[in-house]
Formats: sequence, structure tokens, C-alpha cells
Amino acid sequence: MSLLEVDDVVVQFGGVTAVNHASFVAESGRVTGLIGPNGAGKTTCFNVISGLQKPTRGHVRFDGKGINHTPVHRRAKRGIGRTFQRLEAFGSLTVRDNVRVAYDIHRGVAGMVRPAAANIDALLERVGISQYAQERADSIPTGTARLLELARCLASEPKLLLLDEPSSGLDESETEAFGALLQDLAREGRGVLMVEHDMDLVMSVCDVIHVLDFGEVISSGEPADVRADKRVQNAYLGYSDDADADHTRTDLEAVHDTTLIPAVEAQA
Amino acid sequence: MSSFMSYTIFGLFSGAAYAIAASGLVLTYTTTRVFNIAHGAFGMVLSFVFWDFSVRQGLPLWLSLVLVLGVVAPLIGWFLQRFVVRGMGEGPVSVSLVVTVGLLVFCIGLATYVWPPEARSVPPFMPTSGIQLGDTYVTAHQIITILSSVVVAVLLYLLLTRTRIGTAMRASVDNPELLKLFGGRPDRVAALSWAIGISLAALSGILLVSVVGLDYYALTLLVVNAYAAAMLGRLKSLPLTFLGAMALGLLTSYSAGYLPPDGWLNDLRNVIAPLFLFLVIVAMPQAQLRVGQVKGIVSAPLPSLGKALGWGAALLIFTALLTGNLSTANLLLVGTAATYAMVMLSLVLLTGYGGHVSLAQFTFAGVGALAYAKLDEPNLYGLLVSALIAAGVGALVALPVLRLTGLYLALSTLAFAVLMDKLVFQADFAFGFNGTLQARRLSILGTSITSTGGYVLVMTVFLVLMSLFLLFLRRGVLGRVLIAMRDSPAACGTLGLDMRWFRVALFGLSAGMAGLAGGLFAGLRGTIGANDFQFFQSLPLLLLAVVFGVTSVTGATLGGIGLMLLPVLQSNYPSLAGLMLVIIGFGAVLLARDPNGLANLMFKIGRFLEARFAPQLLAKLPVLPGRGSILDEVDEDPLDASFDHNQEVPAHVAP
Repeated sequence: MSLLEVDDVVVQFGGVTAVNHASFVAESGRVTGLIGPNGAGKTTCFNVISGLQKPTRGHVRFDGKGINHTPVHRRAKRGIGRTFQRLEAFGSLTVRDNVRVAYDIHRGVAGMVRPAAANIDALLERVGISQYAQERADSIPTGTARLLELARCLASEPKLLLLDEPSSGLDESETEAFGALLQDLAREGRGVLMVEHDMDLVMSVCDVIHVLDFGEVISSGEPADVRADKRVQNAYLGYSDDADADHTRTDLEAVHDTTLIPAVEAQA
Repeated sequence: MSSFMSYTIFGLFSGAAYAIAASGLVLTYTTTRVFNIAHGAFGMVLSFVFWDFSVRQGLPLWLSLVLVLGVVAPLIGWFLQRFVVRGMGEGPVSVSLVVTVGLLVFCIGLATYVWPPEARSVPPFMPTSGIQLGDTYVTAHQIITILSSVVVAVLLYLLLTRTRIGTAMRASVDNPELLKLFGGRPDRVAALSWAIGISLAALSGILLVSVVGLDYYALTLLVVNAYAAAMLGRLKSLPLTFLGAMALGLLTSYSAGYLPPDGWLNDLRNVIAPLFLFLVIVAMPQAQLRVGQVKGIVSAPLPSLGKALGWGAALLIFTALLTGNLSTANLLLVGTAATYAMVMLSLVLLTGYGGHVSLAQFTFAGVGALAYAKLDEPNLYGLLVSALIAAGVGALVALPVLRLTGLYLALSTLAFAVLMDKLVFQADFAFGFNGTLQARRLSILGTSITSTGGYVLVMTVFLVLMSLFLLFLRRGVLGRVLIAMRDSPAACGTLGLDMRWFRVALFGLSAGMAGLAGGLFAGLRGTIGANDFQFFQSLPLLLLAVVFGVTSVTGATLGGIGLMLLPVLQSNYPSLAGLMLVIIGFGAVLLARDPNGLANLMFKIGRFLEARFAPQLLAKLPVLPGRGSILDEVDEDPLDASFDHNQEVPAHVAP
């Protein structure tokens, strides 16, 4: 039994099908990547899993139980935590208070139990943003704010972490440290499901990758297999024929700003 | 049978008028996301303009109609969109609510100022004609009204489906940004909708005025019927809105005809519209949490604990000195100001910290006062029970709409306030129609406080305690969670916060605070009645709270004094009474975007003065008795150390 099972989920917005019969799983103790071109339906999948979006059809199961009718906050209580592609940090609170609020909420507001300051500081330390602790969350750099969202999410002790483009805004060395952190988090038993555009990061830290295109899962497997999959190259390049590779490359870098291309070419 | 026919005709007539108003409301809301609470108020003002043109200046009827509907109303609509509400749809809903409530009060003030109360009437169109339909005589005015609604419906349909700008209007409902990218001009679309919307409000007002009469409040409140109809169409569907308006018109007319003339069912006929509104809102489907942060939120200033205590003590000493030298009449005024300040404190919690707008805060105070008078337990226990009853009522109002978001919550408080005003407060088991109740003064721990001066001092003590309680909440878990909820509801949900119950608790707590103020007020006055807690009073209360600063305790205190002075000034300068409402409305429109209000300005001046003069002053006067040492406070206070880094620490904050 997988920690998270997304089963034949369809999401339609009016006439547009954002997610089209998508099925995939995420396991405890592993980092699962969810990749695909812009508009492939990745964030919509996250919204369906966390309860912000009702699926038109299909089922989501968490920990073996169907959660289709479970409201957002109860899914969080069951252990689904997430970050957002468009930042949702509490801008007028300090970085530290952002995490503190997450603790407050997790422990029950009625309890009014103050979390040990050490917990908060340890979390900030762990994601590497202690030096920002006293700054207002709307004044810190984007990359830092993404790490803050991760710390805030960890405060609610989730079994499954949904990370929506967590590394954008981080520089190379920060990304490397972040990759190691993700693997640590998974090794401690959490499931990590990550939407990410940085293919170097995805290929190096993910145990399993699912590729979405036009709302459909077109490929699933270990990084090496996914990288070699013709359909994946197709989705990213627009066509599989690599006769005109140079032309494609400029196009794609302009449009997607993704580093998948060198990796794919290295394979091809 | 003939009476049934005539009730039906009258129902269709009023339904048609509501439909015209409601479709204007829907049009402006869908295209700009600003719900115009003042929709009816504009209809009222424009009906006065119509009277002025046609009756006072004697212009031909058709010319006055063309001028009002074709020139004045569209100009007002254009102006409003261009200079008042533009860009407000993307901001927090509390801002646009406060601004349009400001416009409402502005309109009422303007009408009272320009056309002071006197007997006026607008004759119906073609008063001598009509047709006989079986045994029922249908006036030409009724026929014209029903036909107008049909014409409006057809024209709106054609506009929205057959014209370029109409298509752009529908596009801008979905996504104004996208419309811009495709070369459309959302601003022009919005301006046109507002021009049409205000015209429709005017038409509806003019059609109704011969029945309702030229009254500042009656016409303004008729908009509740339009709200109710528009809600049935979920503020989107024009056909459903028309249907809702007709149903409401018929329901009102039949209930006027067939409800028994005595008992509580009789009172029901006055509240069909708010009841309808309330029920429709309750039946609305669950709102989904939206991702995407609300911009433009300013966090409330927070004084250090020591400073708050110091200023609280200063206020008490000041009141104590004052009460010794004032006449009883003036003492009553000071007590009234304290009451208003306490009710405004309840708004600081709800609106300033929580971001929710209540249009019924004074009604909750009324509930507290009623409970206090009825319980006849003039002691702390009775006061507490009164506050608890008010809190329970507040929670009950929020409960059915806990699934919904800000706008619907605010509108349900409005429906509730009108219901209480007309149905409950005037009922025999409450104050009675135009009746009053006696309330005894509070006694604390067996000591009865008989002197007015002493009682006012006790009220000030309550005010200070309430302020400190609020500041305490603001510093703790509740304060942080409230800010988090305003900054990102979606994140709060995904962290596991059940915001629905939280909101109900917040509403209850706020209503309880207002109820406590109401109980104290009842004791102060000795005699209270339904007139003390009319629905309309909650509006200037909200506006003054925003103008003076709804995010701070200081703002509430100043606002309380301001609201107390308002009727005093109005009765001293009756010719300017309307103008004062105009100023309040205008101030709210100007200041709504910065809920920190005038109080924040004072804090800034205070900080400047402190930075400029405090060092020299402190050097000369090393000890300032009663206030503690101003400069050292922030570092000394252990509570502060962990909280204040992100907050502005105003230099001079009075509780």
C-alpha cells in the first residue's frame, strides 16, 4: 500500500481539461518527482491532493483511506503538508513567527501551548534560514521564502510533503544542500512529492519520477528510464526527431528555462 | 379573487423595480468584484435629483428622466469607477465593503444636506390612466414599471451577447488581466458597467418613489431587496436575479395581504426581504479556498505592555479628574463615548485583526442591553451573562454562513441587523413598539454605583480592561493566527486550521464584547429602547472606527469620542447635520485603504516628537511618574522581546 495513491483523476475547468485520467503513487521514505512542461497540470494535481481543488472525477487515497471528501484542514491533520508555487508565506509575520503559527495550528489553537523555542530554531536551522529568523517574511528573497514554506510545513509534522518548485530562486550551492536535505527528510520516513523544473536536482535526488503532459501521466519510473523515454523527450522538445537539435535547444531554453535538454542530449 | 389579483399586480410591480436595481448591482459586481452596498443609496439620491428637476424646477417629466438616467447617473457611475473603486476588486473584501458603506453614508448625508427634510412627493407616471383587468384596476405606473423591467432585461441581454463591449464585459468577469492581454480595456468595460449600474439604480428608485415616498432611509434600505434578489442569482446570473426579484416582490405583496394582522406573523411582513436574503445566503454553496495572497494588508501597530498599562492608567486618571467637574448631562456623554469605544474595540478584534466586516455591531450591543435589562441582575454576574448571550447570538449569526467568505458574512450581518431592528427589538417580549425598558446601575461586589460620575469611571475601567485584553490576545496565539489567516487562508488550511469554527468563535467573541458594552450602556442610561440600537447606527460606527484606525485600541477610543460627538454636533448645528455624514463617508472612502487610520498618523507624529525631544526631556526629568520610562520599555519587557521585531512600536499609544 502506497502512502499516496492518485487514481484516475480528472480535473476540468470549463472546457479545459487540466488533469486527464492521471494515476500515480508516492511512497514513504522516498523522493518522488512530478515533472512536465508548463501547464501540464502539476500544480492542479497538488491542489487536488491537498484538497484545494475538487477533482471532476477519480480518487485520491492517503494512508489507505479515500480522502476525496475530506476538507483541506483535516487532510493536513492526517499528514499532508504542502508548499506553494506562488508563495503563500505569512508576509506580515516574521520568519520565526511563520513557523510558530504552524506549530500553534498543529497543536490546536485551543491548547495555547507554547512550542519550545528550540523546536522552531532547530527547524529554521535545518532548512538553513536561521539568519533570517527576525525578518518579515515579505522582505526575504524568494528562494529563502520557499525554504521558509518548507520549514513551516515541517512544523506540522507531515507524513507526506508536497513541494511545488521548491528550488526556484536558490543558487547552485544552495540547491545542492537542498537536495541533500530532501533525501534526509525522506530517509527519516516521510514521503516527498516534488514538482520541480531543475532537472539536475530532479535526476539526482528523486527515487521515482512521474512525467505529466497535457494532464496525462506519460511516463513513470526511475530517473534513468524516464530520461531515456522517447515520449518524455517528445513532450519537452515538441518532437522526437533530433535532426534539428540545435534549433530546438534555443527554442526550449527560451521558453522553458529548463536544464532537461543537456541531460536528454547526453543520453541521445 | 380581485384582491388576490391586485396583490399579484402589486407584487409584480415591486418585483420589477427590484429586478431593475438588482441587475445593476449584479452588473457592477461581476465586472469589478466590488459589491456596492450603496447601490440603493445612489438610487435614493438620484430620485431626489429627479424630484428636483421635475417638481422643484418644473422641467418636463421626460426631460428630467433623460437627464437623470442618461446624464447624471452615468456620470456618477463613471466617476465612481474611475476615482473610487478602481482596483479595489483585487484587494481585501473588507476594504471595498467599508468604502461602499462610506458611499452609502455619504449619499444619505448629501441628500439630507441638499434637500433638508420637508414634505415632498413625486407623482406616479400618468397618474390618471390605467386599465381595468377584470375587477382589478392596474395603474399606468405599474404597467410602465413592469414593461421597463422587461425592456431592461432585453437590452442587457442584447448588450451582453450581441455587442463587442458586451462580450468584453463577460470576458472581464472571467479574467480582466487576460482581457487586457487580448487588447480589451477592462477599465473602460468597468466604467461602462458602473454607468449602467447606477442608471439602473436610479430608474428603480424613481419607479418606486411614488409608492415608498421620498425618504432618505426607506429608499436606501430597499436595496436589501435587491441584494436578496441578486444573491439568488449568486451575483452572476441575470435571469435568476430577475426571477428572485419577482419572487420577492410577490412574496412581500402576498404577505402584506394575507398574514394575520396580529401576533408575530404580523411583524414578519416587514422583514420578508432580509429574511429572504439571510436564507439565500445560508443556502449558498461552499466557497473554495483560493490560492493567491491578498495584497495591501497593513499589520496593526502593537504597543509594549508597559506602555499600554501606562496609557490606560493615564486615561483613568484623566477620566477621574473629568468626572469631578462635569454636569450629569456631560457625564452621560462621556459614558456614551466609552460605550461606543468599547463597541469599536469589538470591531478592532473582528475587522482590524480578523479582516471581517460586521454591519451589525450595534445590534449586538442592543442584544447585550436587552439581556441586561431583562435579567435585572445589576451585578457583574448579570453583566457577564448579558455578554455571553450577545456572544451566543453573534456566533449564531456566523454559524450558518461559516462556509462562506467575507462578503456573504457581512451581508448576513446586515440582514440580521435589519431583522433584529424590525422584528425582535420592537416585539412585545423585547423593548416593545416604541417602548423602553428600565435598567438598574451595576453594583460591583455588593457596592452599588449610584453616582453617574462613579459609573462613568467604572465604564472607563471596563474600557481599559477590554483594551488590555485585546492587546493580550493580539500578542498571543490568537493574534498570530488571525494575521496568518488574513495573509494566506490557503496556507492556514493546508497547515490544518479549521477556519470555519475559528471564524464563528471570533464573531462570538466580538459580539460578546459589544454586548458587554451594551449592558453597561443600559445601566448608564437607566432607560433604553429599540431606538437606541437602530440598524443604521452600526454604519457610522464602522466608518468612524476605520477613519480613526480600526487596527488599534487608540483608534477605537478616539472613534468612540467622535461617534459620541456626532449627534451632539448635529443637534447644535442642525443645518450641517447632513454635511457631517458626508464628511464621515468621504473620510472612510479616503482612508479605507489604510485601516490604521488617523491613529497611525498620531503614532508617527509621536515617534517623531519622541526621537526629536525625548532625550533632552529625559535628561531634565529622569522619572516620569505613572508612565514608566518611555525609551527603555521595549527592551525591558520580556513579553516584547519575542514579538516586537516585526511590529511597529509606536511611541505614543494610548489604550
